[in-house]
Amino acid sequence: MQLARVIGTVVATVKNDSLEGRKLLVIQSLDANLQPQGAPLVALDAIGAGTGELIVWCRGKEASFPFRREDTPTDCTIIAIVDSDKHVTRGRR
Amino acid sequence: MIIARILGTVVSTQKDERLRGKKLLIVRPLNLDGTEAGSGYTIAVDTVGAGYHERVLVVAGSSARLAEGMKDAPVDAAIVGVIDTVDYVND
Repeated sequence: MQLARVIGTVVATVKNDSLEGRKLLVIQSLDANLQPQGAPLVALDAIGAGTGELIVWCRGKEASFPFRREDTPTDCTIIAIVDSDKHVTRGRR
Repeated sequence: MIIARILGTVVSTQKDERLRGKKLLIVRPLNLDGTEAGSGYTIAVDTVGAGYHERVLVVAGSSARLAEGMKDAPVDAAIVGVIDTVDYVND
């Protein structure tokens, strides 16, 4: 799982039936210092995230587990919203 | 999932039974602004009826098998949506 910032939305009318009604968001992965890392991705939203929010996303087959896991084709899913940027800390407080 | 553009098609007659009737398309990853990200490509199975030059959503890895009609198929990339619009903030 990794941190990312939601930076946009994707609209796709024609899609796999199992994605019907699901929200697609553009996310930019972040490193532990909350700096952008790698190319933006499209993620399926499992939690109700919105643009600008700091989130945690899950990759791989496990990304389908929040949904009907046997037939939801996603390799990138938003599974948590971080309370705020200040709620990401490293080392001792 | 990544955003990609369809560059072409692959025709194969002799293929795994579970790929029968499935369209194989050549796709290239895109940046958010629609420009091509490098010169690489992937062959992805079409599950939505996408066509040449369309912008599509591609799922990679074992999740590709979870798309409708792909159960137990030997695939590692599937096209699961045709993109209408991408909105994003540029910072």
